[in-house]
Amino acid sequence: MHSYDYAVILAFFALVLLPAPWLGRFYYKVMEGQRTWLTPVLGPVERGCYRLAGVDAREEQSWQKYALALLAFNLAGFVLLFAVLLLQGYLPLNPAQLPGQEWTLAFNTAVSFVTNTNWQAYSGEASVSYLSQMVGLTVQNFVSAATGLAVLVALCRGIARRSAATLGNFWVDMTRATLYGLLPLCLLLALFLVWQGVPQTFAQYAHAVTLQGADQVIPLGPAASQIAIKQLGTNGGGFFGVNSAHPFENPTAWSNLFELASIILIPVALVFTFGHYVKDLRQSRAIVACMLALFLIGGATSLWAEYQPNPSLNNPMVEQTAPLEGKESRFGTTATVLWSVTTTAASNGSVNGMHDSLNPLSGMVALVNMMVGEVIFGGVGAGLYGMLLNVLIAVFLAGLMIGRTPEYLGKKLQAREVQLLVVTLLVMPVGVLVLGAIAASLPGPVAAVSNPGAHGFSQLLYAYTSASANNGSAFGGFGANTPFHNLMLGLGMLIGRFGYILPVLALAGSLAMKKTAPVGQNSFPTHGPLFVTLLTVTILLVGGLTFLPTLALGPIAEHLSMGF
Amino acid sequence: MSTFFRPAMSLIVLMTLITGVAYPLVVTGVAQVAFPEQANGSLLQDAGGKVRGSLLIAQDFTGDSWFHPRPSAGAFATVSSSASNLGPSNPALAARVNEDAARQYVPEQGPVPLALLTTSGSGLDPHLPPAAVDYQVARVAAARHMPVAALQQMVDQFTLQPMVGPPVVNVLALNSALDLLSTTTP
Repeated sequence: MHSYDYAVILAFFALVLLPAPWLGRFYYKVMEGQRTWLTPVLGPVERGCYRLAGVDAREEQSWQKYALALLAFNLAGFVLLFAVLLLQGYLPLNPAQLPGQEWTLAFNTAVSFVTNTNWQAYSGEASVSYLSQMVGLTVQNFVSAATGLAVLVALCRGIARRSAATLGNFWVDMTRATLYGLLPLCLLLALFLVWQGVPQTFAQYAHAVTLQGADQVIPLGPAASQIAIKQLGTNGGGFFGVNSAHPFENPTAWSNLFELASIILIPVALVFTFGHYVKDLRQSRAIVACMLALFLIGGATSLWAEYQPNPSLNNPMVEQTAPLEGKESRFGTTATVLWSVTTTAASNGSVNGMHDSLNPLSGMVALVNMMVGEVIFGGVGAGLYGMLLNVLIAVFLAGLMIGRTPEYLGKKLQAREVQLLVVTLLVMPVGVLVLGAIAASLPGPVAAVSNPGAHGFSQLLYAYTSASANNGSAFGGFGANTPFHNLMLGLGMLIGRFGYILPVLALAGSLAMKKTAPVGQNSFPTHGPLFVTLLTVTILLVGGLTFLPTLALGPIAEHLSMGF
Repeated sequence: MSTFFRPAMSLIVLMTLITGVAYPLVVTGVAQVAFPEQANGSLLQDAGGKVRGSLLIAQDFTGDSWFHPRPSAGAFATVSSSASNLGPSNPALAARVNEDAARQYVPEQGPVPLALLTTSGSGLDPHLPPAAVDYQVARVAAARHMPVAALQQMVDQFTLQPMVGPPVVNVLALNSALDLLSTTTP
């Protein structure tokens, strides 16, 4: 590793960790409707939205009403996006004259963006018009992230409130998250990206004659505005097919650093937002410590693995160095590995190099990050509510060990809470193992695999893991654009999204109704090193026991067979 | 149900207007004024104003007198570009790399830099690591009847050294400068 490799790692951690406490407090104030420096500008817009939508901002919703509002809003978004994608051929702002998408592809794409997955079974420059990119995909990039944030604050309120019947108002939470939480940061990042070279224009694709006289079409479009929210909203759906590896999406080492940091900037900050809700920032620091530990374990493993030269290219005429297949020169090995770890730790799923060509163990780290439910910082909102589920499971296990009723921040965990926790534990296994096994056992769907041997199995495993975890990255050789995979992966994404959201809201409602017991001498502390260790081990055990056999068949078998 | 219908429909429309129309328009407006070159694709134009490519999009260069970029899995197609997505254990990867290495190998210069033998993630990587450019200097200098030292100096001038990433050379910018050189000094 060179000095610039260390520089990018240090700069990345500085960019995401230093602003987090301040930004976390900002999100708390915004979501609770307190005045911030943005209120004079955005306050009138916010109130205008409520007036036009007939929303009373002071009205509180029970968890059932909150969930119904969320489902209604997501359904409306799905229908609109599905229609735009099917009909884009007849709609304006389509200079490349692209036809509407085939219906299973449109279904898959619409589900993908509504669930914050942004799995892409298509290439943007060849099958999505400027209009679809803007009013279709960009919008869902914003509101799907805002939906995740809304669910998180509902859970925070559920834990923080005492004997309460309500969790807040979904319409208000979603609107505030979009306007204050996402838009201002996106404006800044988008302009920074244009400065670095990302196109932002409505002009049609440019035509060039190359220096050697060949014709070349140069795809353009309003890319920077979409890429900013794609990173900050942990969405990950590229404007161009090859995503952030495309020099127009990510032109320089600097654009790479800022896009990379943007993936987990908000998720890290939200851990501190939680601390403000429960009025105990020690809880935030404990959770960040656990997330950071898991991130560093994965990151170090992946870096070590990816710096090993590929033994199958051992030839005196070939330079023996870290593999470069699928990587861009301007990023190199370190920044590509760091991105692969970050994008799967969060539910982002954008890629700046091709995961399919990673060494087996670096590919496995990406898989494991998703399999543990994307709780290592995770998606906007979704990462922390997933992590809080693990916290409750760890508290429950600790309660079993010391023989006391488990309690988290004064709230007793009883049968109903534990039942809901178990439901969420089943989401990833159903999505990955059940749907994946169906796909793997049918000859048609298996034909989507493009690499031989164990790596081929990894491709299929990765696809179903990515969809169920709402990640969206892929082992890109997997030919996912078939009616079978479009529908099955779409189903996986729906299970992975709402299979968490609905139990989480029910849990929030149930916790909100409880009295808070005073924290006594015998309460199990949830902020010390002991709890951080317990939480980390819980996450690894729950994920590990479930998925270890599939990892043995895929990346581990490939690693052993290659003779590293 | 109507208690949910009106807010859901109104808010998705309002959010579409704010984040799907106003936001991209504002970014476009500011970008076109502040950074017009970049916002329009960093296009490279010749003296006559004809578009010859984008500085960020690789072009295919063949023949001894040009620096060659990294190979492209999609044959430099731009709509859509693509990667090989070959797994590390795929025999097709080793076969392609060994075949390309045998073609490019210059015994006096040691093994061929890996960047010249591997396809990039985008299929349009506009850059090369300096070592992969250096490997081609002797060939290009001979074809253009230039002193090797002069060409090497030019390559060094075109090497970018960002603090947070590896040093790179933009192949199109370098080739374009070579082209100008040969037309202005016949």
